[in-house]
Amino acid sequence: MKTGVNRGSRFTAMLAIALIATSSAFAAAPAPTAVTPELVKKAQQEGKVVFYTSVDVAVAEKVAKRFEARYPGVTAQIERAGSERIFQRLGQEYGSKIYVADVVNTSDAAHFIHWESQGWLAPYVPEDVAKYFPPEHKDADGTYATWRVTLSPIAYNTKLVKPNEAPKSFADLLDPKWKGKIVKAHPGYSGTIVTSTFQVARDLGWDYFEKLSKQSVMQVQSSTEPPKKLAQGERAIMADGNEYNLFLLKEKGAPLEAVYPTEGTPLITSPAAVLKNAPHPNAARLFQSYLFSAEAQQLLIDAGGLRSVHAQTKEKAGRTPLSKIKVMKDDAAAVEKEVETIKSRYAQYFGV
Amino acid sequence: MALAHFRIDPSKPVLIAFSAFLCALIFLPLSWLVYFSVTDNAGALTPNNFIQLVSDPTLLQPLLTTVQLALGVGLICSLVAPPLAWLVARTDMPLRGWVRVLVTASLVTPPFLGAIAWEILAAPNSGILNQWYRALFDLDPYASLLNIYTRFGLVFAISCYTFPYVFVLVANALDRIPADLEDASAVLGGGAWYTARRVTIPLVLPAILAGTLVALLQAMTLFGSPAILALPAGFHTMTTKIWSLFQYPPKPGLAAAASLPLLLITVVLLRTQHRLLRRRGYSIVGGKHGAPRLLHLGGWKWPAILLCLLVLGSSVLLPYAALIKTAVVKQPGEPLSWANLTLHHIDFVFFEFSATKLALYNTFVLGVLTATLGTALALVIAYLTARQLVWGHRVLGFLATAPIAIPGIVMGVAIFLSYTRPPLVLYGTLWILLLAFLTIELPAGYQQLQSAFRAIHPELEEASRILGANRLQSLWHITAPLLRSGVIATWCFIFIGVIRELSAAILLFTADTKVVSTIIYDLNESGDLGAISVLGLTMLVVTFAVVILANRLPVLGASAPGRS
Repeated sequence: MKTGVNRGSRFTAMLAIALIATSSAFAAAPAPTAVTPELVKKAQQEGKVVFYTSVDVAVAEKVAKRFEARYPGVTAQIERAGSERIFQRLGQEYGSKIYVADVVNTSDAAHFIHWESQGWLAPYVPEDVAKYFPPEHKDADGTYATWRVTLSPIAYNTKLVKPNEAPKSFADLLDPKWKGKIVKAHPGYSGTIVTSTFQVARDLGWDYFEKLSKQSVMQVQSSTEPPKKLAQGERAIMADGNEYNLFLLKEKGAPLEAVYPTEGTPLITSPAAVLKNAPHPNAARLFQSYLFSAEAQQLLIDAGGLRSVHAQTKEKAGRTPLSKIKVMKDDAAAVEKEVETIKSRYAQYFGV
Repeated sequence: MALAHFRIDPSKPVLIAFSAFLCALIFLPLSWLVYFSVTDNAGALTPNNFIQLVSDPTLLQPLLTTVQLALGVGLICSLVAPPLAWLVARTDMPLRGWVRVLVTASLVTPPFLGAIAWEILAAPNSGILNQWYRALFDLDPYASLLNIYTRFGLVFAISCYTFPYVFVLVANALDRIPADLEDASAVLGGGAWYTARRVTIPLVLPAILAGTLVALLQAMTLFGSPAILALPAGFHTMTTKIWSLFQYPPKPGLAAAASLPLLLITVVLLRTQHRLLRRRGYSIVGGKHGAPRLLHLGGWKWPAILLCLLVLGSSVLLPYAALIKTAVVKQPGEPLSWANLTLHHIDFVFFEFSATKLALYNTFVLGVLTATLGTALALVIAYLTARQLVWGHRVLGFLATAPIAIPGIVMGVAIFLSYTRPPLVLYGTLWILLLAFLTIELPAGYQQLQSAFRAIHPELEEASRILGANRLQSLWHITAPLLRSGVIATWCFIFIGVIRELSAAILLFTADTKVVSTIIYDLNESGDLGAISVLGLTMLVVTFAVVILANRLPVLGASAPGRS
């Protein structure tokens, strides 16, 4: 595995290059910061970092363990919950002036637009973000960047559905033969599904959801659930859900197969940011730098089943490369504006 | 003469202090609730929340569902629990000690954990019972016998973990009824059925009513089970609807308004209970009495055992078997085999998952503190209302019962609003959870001790006071020992209640104050059934250890073993 963390003698040169690279592109973003021995020392004095994240808990704990091994003396505390729950909790805590979280990550990129407008995020650009992340995956003000990427494809249980009979598109799911056999997650609880519902409704029309709701769909909360229900054999098809749970389950032997619908697959970008009122500001910055390092990004791919937009990472064999998949366009700003409409129209059709 | 006038009864200040604390505890969140229901986001007075509540079908439908749900659960519990309690307390049915142990196991099971277990058992396709059914009759892959994702499935899954409230109250009441009364009936020529109908049932009626009331209200305000079972079934209950009102963008005013009908229903139910019991006296512990005589069941013991097996199989044996299996296999859907066995979930929960230790510690501390404080508080209020000692005792009784009608979620918000501003900034500490649990668990404790007090005639206290003891002394030396089993049962009730509590905790916990129920909920959100099973089983063992210990402790001056 390559290491993307640049330290020591190369630091000054890197900083200079990064400075030039970013200052032309993003006027408001701060200069990229490398991990210096001084930062590590200060982080060690703080001793701890608290990470609010919506990534699968086993993946989060793995990242934490790896971080602790790399920077002994700094403990990483994982607070895992669904995206909308994290959004609610952070709002609740900040409303009461309780500052516990250092770094935050959810699957609803619209959250970050909201938090930034509230002034809760600290501008901080890790060196790797400046160097290896494509411009559409970092905020112009330098407050957040896409920590992980996943898709929300269709999938089926290979014991219950033969490959040649499996649906190929969203439109195929409306076939009466799938009635009572579909599971899907809920936009009221999952950030991933808010995003995917927005993209599908935009590209196929709300009409699609109205018809889908007549298929006696089993409704679950988190986007991590449909792949698990599929693996248990509770339903044969999932209409949406996390691609990364599909990969992880499939690689453990579960009878699952992903389908990338012909209309395009919803693309879920999941940013991470340092909070302005982080109780451990240096540990927070060190952790944020680690999250975006090639090492952590590769870990997300290998152990987490996720996608990375870090230029130095390699896709895992056996998974369809992101470049081969037709994806729908993500648009966090539009989601932020329309989130209430998305949830109420959805509830109108599905009854919950 | 003048001297007698100046003699101070030390009980008065104590009673007043307790009453004042209770008022603050209940009134503060309740007034925030009312304030939020009648104001808009800017704080201006508005009737809009209530207008929306009665005009919006997406709010009315859940209310209707909730009432149906509560009635269904109340009905099932009141039909199943009293016969079970009677079999255990009054007959020579074999294994009745085990029945008590298993009912306790069902009581300590958080309803949401039970709901998850029933998902594993009776989900239409992957449910273990449905798999067996298909294998047994060689049916096609989509045939199913049971479907837990239905209205009846939800009523069933809630009843499994609510009937113990009725059982414990009725069994305790039966334990307290002196055999003399039943013997008298028998001596006067009353047959077994006549005695049951005219003596035993009327005497335990308050306990049945109180228990059914608790079961009904629990069902009405429960959040975890509907959140797990109702959403896949495609409907909302009032509590899941209220929860969804706190999703972004939050509508606390509407949520507060939506919780007030539940409060209203409770008031009506409590009034009804009061009216039903008003004209009768139920003091059964007077002087000395003999131990109850056990009815010889003979051949009837087989149907009796079958009934117990059916009830306890549904609420304890099958669900825990499913959890144990899920804890040790890789894929919950796969059959049990050597190749499928794994220690991964156990390893994950105890060594990888960083939240486990902290959550266990917090839950334990909060359970013990809440149970101790809550029992003390409930004891004083039950005493005041049972003996009608202070003016306004009825209000006190109402206040102690009111929180049961407020969904834990709304109570969580009300408490959040109350204790996040000066002078009491408690959010982020265990104190706010302690206050929340205390408020939420008080009604169950109060109901329990109230029915215990009702059964003890004041003549015993009066005798003690005539002999020169003051009120506190006679309480401590006379009433307390008589109440011992009731008090210990209450302590355990509250402790268990804290273990089961999810809906308020989910809004009030922070990184450092997480409890086991909240981490189980978070794990369920992402479908980690293996880890949930390991945590759930751990909780069962810890809770059982605490309950057994509590029953062995030599408190309240009695060395007799506890009876519950």
